[in-house]
Amino acid sequence: MAHAGTVDRVDAEPEEAQRLATEARDRVRFEEDALALSDQVYRVARHLANSREDADELVQETYARAFRSWRSFQAGTNMRAWLLRILTNLNIDRGRRQQRAPQMQPLEANDYFLYDKLSESGDGVSDEDKVVERLSQDDIVSALSAVPHDFRDVLVLVDLGDFSYADAAQILDIPVGTVMSRLHRGRRILKRELADAALEEAT
Amino acid sequence: MKDPCAHCEEMMQPYLDHVLTDAEVVAAEAHLDDCEQCRRRYKFEESLRIYVRKATDTHMSAELREKLAALRIPLD
Repeated sequence: MAHAGTVDRVDAEPEEAQRLATEARDRVRFEEDALALSDQVYRVARHLANSREDADELVQETYARAFRSWRSFQAGTNMRAWLLRILTNLNIDRGRRQQRAPQMQPLEANDYFLYDKLSESGDGVSDEDKVVERLSQDDIVSALSAVPHDFRDVLVLVDLGDFSYADAAQILDIPVGTVMSRLHRGRRILKRELADAALEEAT
Repeated sequence: MKDPCAHCEEMMQPYLDHVLTDAEVVAAEAHLDDCEQCRRRYKFEESLRIYVRKATDTHMSAELREKLAALRIPLD
């Protein structure tokens, strides 16, 4: 039987070498695919995080974790969503929830609030594209960062990251109905923040 | 019967998210064809979304890009 055992081992070695080579190739491909998505991941991360520094750290931690646990990624599924799921979990773990804003902010009258404010405070210009341009880039970035995290997460994933409701639900581990209500609420809060910024500038 | 503009407001977000049924899209567009005020508000919302996306566009630094590449696990 010792002889048979030797034969088995000799047979097993090339198989094992083959398996390791395949795995190394898969891992390299995974890493390349993940790095190719890093610009898109960063764009979303920047607005999930509170600052550029936080975003940089968050993206680095995400990639470190992704490279370590690459085996848990299922080939053929949405890798950008998989990376963002790691990232949003890390972001929540970082304790950013401490600065959660009071949740019971009054909801402004309606969805047209910002447009109505901007067009009435204007100089008679009512072209929608021009009205929008009364807001500066800084207004928009700071208004977005003023949206409480629960709402902002969804807003950033869907409106900046182009994720579907279903993807956002999976990334944040919440029901699709919650994605929709937070998105709706988040967009209104953003518009209220923008209206505040526009009014401040006008005075 | 509900105020048609109030109904139109409710339809705006799902309309722009492309999640309405065909029948709802037809109904929303019929109102928009007739109502300049709602049409302007929809157009504004659409340009706002595009504008927000543009204003928030950003790029990672070259340093971060290098750091990410350095996180790759070397082949042994």
